[in-house]
Amino acid sequence: MAEKKSCLKGVGLTKVFGLGRNKNTAVDHVDFDFSEGEIVSIVGESGSGKTTLAKMLLGLISTTEGEIYFQGKKRDIRSQRAKKEYWTNIQAIFQDPFSSYNIFNKIDSLFLDCINMRGGKNLPYEKKVEMMTEACSFVNLKFAELTNKYPFELSGGQMQRLMIARIFLLKPKILLADEPTSMIDACSRATILDMLLKLRNDTGMTIIFITHDIGLAYFVSDKVFIMEHGKFVESGTADEVILRPKEAYTKRLLNDVPKIHEEWDLSTVDIKNQ
Amino acid sequence: MGKVMLEVNELTTKYITRFNEDVYAVDHVSLKVEEGKSLGIAGESGCGKSTLALSLMGYYFSPLHYTSGEIIIDGQNITGMNPDAVRKSILGNEIAYIPQAAMNALNPTQKIINFIEDVVQAHDPKVSKKEIYELARERFEVLGLPKEVLQRYPVELSGGMKQRTVIATSVILEPKILIADEPSSALDVTSQKMVIKMLRYMMEKGYVKAMIFITHELPLLYNVTDDIMVMYAGQIVEKGSAQQTVFDPIHPYAKGLMGSIIVPESGLKDSKLTAIPGTPPNLKKPPEGCRFAERCKYVTPECKRFPVDMKYVEGNRSYRCIFSEEHLRKAYQNG
Ligand SMILES: Nc1ncnc2c1ncn2[C@@H]1O[C@H](COP(=O)(O)OP(=O)(O)O)[C@@H](O)[C@H]1O
Ligand SMILES: Nc1ncnc2c1ncn2[C@@H]1O[C@H](COP(=O)(O)OP(=O)(O)O)[C@@H](O)[C@H]1O
Ligand SMILES: [Mg+2]
Ligand SMILES: [Mg+2]
Repeated sequence: MAEKKSCLKGVGLTKVFGLGRNKNTAVDHVDFDFSEGEIVSIVGESGSGKTTLAKMLLGLISTTEGEIYFQGKKRDIRSQRAKKEYWTNIQAIFQDPFSSYNIFNKIDSLFLDCINMRGGKNLPYEKKVEMMTEACSFVNLKFAELTNKYPFELSGGQMQRLMIARIFLLKPKILLADEPTSMIDACSRATILDMLLKLRNDTGMTIIFITHDIGLAYFVSDKVFIMEHGKFVESGTADEVILRPKEAYTKRLLNDVPKIHEEWDLSTVDIKNQ
Repeated sequence: MGKVMLEVNELTTKYITRFNEDVYAVDHVSLKVEEGKSLGIAGESGCGKSTLALSLMGYYFSPLHYTSGEIIIDGQNITGMNPDAVRKSILGNEIAYIPQAAMNALNPTQKIINFIEDVVQAHDPKVSKKEIYELARERFEVLGLPKEVLQRYPVELSGGMKQRTVIATSVILEPKILIADEPSSALDVTSQKMVIKMLRYMMEKGYVKAMIFITHELPLLYNVTDDIMVMYAGQIVEKGSAQQTVFDPIHPYAKGLMGSIIVPESGLKDSKLTAIPGTPPNLKKPPEGCRFAERCKYVTPECKRFPVDMKYVEGNRSYRCIFSEEHLRKAYQNG
């Protein structure tokens, strides 16, 4: 098997909020090495530090300690220029697809911005339309029906698909998806996950999928990292972690999810005693 | 057959918007819930689950309007009762509703005990604060909530604790029927499990006699309810036991929903999920014929011609499709 190339690596990554008594270590010395073209999930309960880690990886907040390596080289985004350059390589979609977007912008201008960002500013308009049409059909939407629409005219699921179409146009090396399906109802979730898989398969993108839902993580990813109180407590291939968990915490998370073929054991929680 | 706690016959209700447009959110819905049983309502967001919940309490205020059909709670027909009477004598003690995101709607400047006082006194203003405190303390204790919670403000409680507080309060008057609308969707899995266990325990204790549980999370519904009803665009499209509906759905929409279930079990990774293309119809102008036709893989021109009635089939099940069970099963086998 060919040696997999490192895409994003973290060594001793740490984020501490506050000082003294209010000190809160949100991310606590995590280590990882994500390979190119891999889908990795980071799974944890709310408050475990997932979004904080995501923000450090995106370069939106500083790290308290530790190093990030992008494609084998130590990341240095101190200058604005370096930051901009880094952001052509890593992009994100968030839980609320409406939040990352100016609602007074029409949808085609969202796409035009992406094309411009990828150096397509001077392309003829027909070429741009062709690219936008392709991006929309990638997520099973019809561009002709979307032009001139405002985002608030779309459902959450459609909007999230648009965000994926945006990523398709931007073609970053890494996509960071922070709970992209948690505001979307269960039946549109399958669609979003299928699209992430297709994105990776078609473009070789590395995808970091952040979720509190261990089932989604299992379905979509090659590797799974379980996060508890800012630490990675268990990691491995999706099959290893989900089907043969070693850590008590992972076992508990799995046990607490309702399933359909296995019994959901309610005896592990006691309403009288906690 | 157990005693019927709630019976709804052909209930139709609509919103009338500011622009005087009708939104047909609940269309000829019939259901029955027996004592000791729970009924689950599944369906995509916007299909009318919450509107149905509001409608079947008989409590109508603008923009929601009653059109036709009847509601019978434990033998009492409440159809056409005026809203004030419903609020006084039905809500809270006959039927209680925990709205979606109720825990975030708690008044932040009000202590939990004051919230409970409001709930009880809305029903009977003569009950003293001391009596209410005693009742709340006892009830909280049985349900595993420390009595200290009563003196707390909502911000001082965790999400799971807030939700359990809301649930405990909703059954303080021992309603016959409890409707829980997405009661655990915003919680971590462990808190969710706690909420579910508490709901079960309340049934066992007799604090509620029957339950309606609304969620789009099918694995949860499957584990919590006896029967499942699938809603689509304001109508029921399938009804049966939880087991039947999840493992052997008849209606193409139900089939699609069940095929999108994602649970961390072996075999999931190799399975192909079924995603249902398209979006539900606009309820201001629902299609003449089958409301699902536009998105259905098995559609024929016949489907779009006339409104489709429920078909009652073996095993106490029903579904809304012009095709026979046999025809549909064959179609599913052929992919
Ligand atoms: N900007 C901030 N300032 C202070 N504390 C923060 C900030 N952002 C997050 N935290 C804290 O860091 C911890 C992890 O939060 P977060 O990364 O959002 O977790 P998750 O995404 O897993 O729910 C929490 O205790 C949270 O309160
Ligand atoms: N106040 C309202 N006025 C007009 N239409 C409404 C109102 N509330 C909900 N609706 C519409 O009624 C339909 C059903 O909504 P709802 O009952 O909230 O669905 P669900 O709970 O299944 O997500 C939707 O099409 C929604 O847009
Ligand atoms: Mg987060
Ligand atoms: Mg609802």
